[in-house]
Amino acid sequence: MTKEFKRTDGRKPGEIRKMSAKIGVVPNADGSALFAFGKTVAIAAVYGPRKLHPQHMQDPSTGILRCNYDLLSFSVDDRKKPGPSRRSQEISKVAGWALESAIDLKSFPNTVIDVQIYILQADAGTRTAGINAASMALAHAGIPMKDLVVSVAIGKQDKHIVADLTKEEEDYEEGEGATDFPVAKLANSDNFTLLQMDGKIQPERVKEILELSTKVGKEIYEAQKKALKEAICEDD
Amino acid sequence: MTNMDLSNLTKEYILKMFSMGKRFDGRDLLDFRNIELVYDISNKAEGSISVKVGKTEVVVGVKLGIGEPYPDSPDKGNLMCTGELLPIASPRYEFGPPGFKAIELGRLVDRAIRESGMIEFKKLVITPGEKVWTIYVDIYPLNDDGNLLDAATIATVLALKNAKMPLLNEDGSIDYDKRKDSLPLSKETNPLSFSFFKLGDAIVLDPTREEEEACDSRVTWGMSKWNGEYMINSCQKIGAEVFSGEEIEKMMEILPKKYEEMSRKIKSLH
Repeated sequence: MTKEFKRTDGRKPGEIRKMSAKIGVVPNADGSALFAFGKTVAIAAVYGPRKLHPQHMQDPSTGILRCNYDLLSFSVDDRKKPGPSRRSQEISKVAGWALESAIDLKSFPNTVIDVQIYILQADAGTRTAGINAASMALAHAGIPMKDLVVSVAIGKQDKHIVADLTKEEEDYEEGEGATDFPVAKLANSDNFTLLQMDGKIQPERVKEILELSTKVGKEIYEAQKKALKEAICEDD
Repeated sequence: MTNMDLSNLTKEYILKMFSMGKRFDGRDLLDFRNIELVYDISNKAEGSISVKVGKTEVVVGVKLGIGEPYPDSPDKGNLMCTGELLPIASPRYEFGPPGFKAIELGRLVDRAIRESGMIEFKKLVITPGEKVWTIYVDIYPLNDDGNLLDAATIATVLALKNAKMPLLNEDGSIDYDKRKDSLPLSKETNPLSFSFFKLGDAIVLDPTREEEEACDSRVTWGMSKWNGEYMINSCQKIGAEVFSGEEIEKMMEILPKKYEEMSRKIKSLH
């Protein structure tokens, strides 16, 4: 149906950008990883589980996961003022929940797992690249996980559903305009851990977004697994 | 009492009730509470309203100011939605820098309105590239008894429709005592938001504070009608509990029905 639709960088509608995945980019951390979708590059590091301070914040019934996402100041065209923004605070929280779904925090009472996500280079899809990196970093830290979390932004340009939009594609203004629908899910089940979107999409077409994210999620999962396996082999 | 966190006992009881499709106040899981509107709660604002959804009350005021356009949209005016959780409204709110809930309130209402196309931003330009109108929307809950977001979206849309542009003097100053024209809004676009809360396998709309605190996750959808078609304009999930593909598809079936129902209800209140 959407075969005739030409994307600016020549990709097919359901095709994501070239992925790059690497484990162990921050030796000090308990786990770390880099993940890139084309020109969007994210790094993530995990510290913990470790004792939560101040002590009164500790919860004897569960551990907690704290996530921090931000753009490095030089990762965008107009330099970003360093420090948290309303946008980055919102993304930090929803990305934290997206990852938490894969972890049994109840096994780590009184502790905190700190997840740090930073964007080196931004060309749209930064939260999704960040979540993919963080999911790998959690696995690299040896934290027991139910599944890996995979994340991708599915988009719509006018009436055409496409995977993994670039910044240029996000600025599309014809017809129904551009819709950005970032999702995260557990790689091996139909369970969504992050849902955000803005734009215009008919309710009955949301199904297509979910289906395409499941399809490309499998490709992301393979890239994550490959990088994790390579890291283990190197350690031997 | 109200300061205490929800007890496990209450949460378990709500879970049990929801699984049987029941609620303490007798509503069905997808029913909204009664809605009441009071316009013009502040004559200094260009538009203002108080919206009650059950015991939840939100006041919204619209102010207009003159500013510079953003560099990436020199031919468009600006919209700034801010939510502030005043400690008057809930034992849970404290003074201090905005936390996630306050940030999210402003940002989600902003996205639902902006993406719906309700505001004709190009008509807010005074001098292209230099001077544009900025619409400030400030959202204050006066009593948070759950489902603040959906109440705030209703209040914001109605306050915008109720607002009148102040007069621009020839010297560039604003005469706030002379208000005349309505804001440049598309009449047929009426955005609404619907927040679905999940506890166990149950999905509920318009929870009370107690129900909301018992729930494990939430997904809010902003929607409108655009060129005669239903459109989802914004979405955000919070909480670590997942939503299955099946649950999301079920919400997509519920949304148009709820949109019509709520639109009728609001119209009948005028």
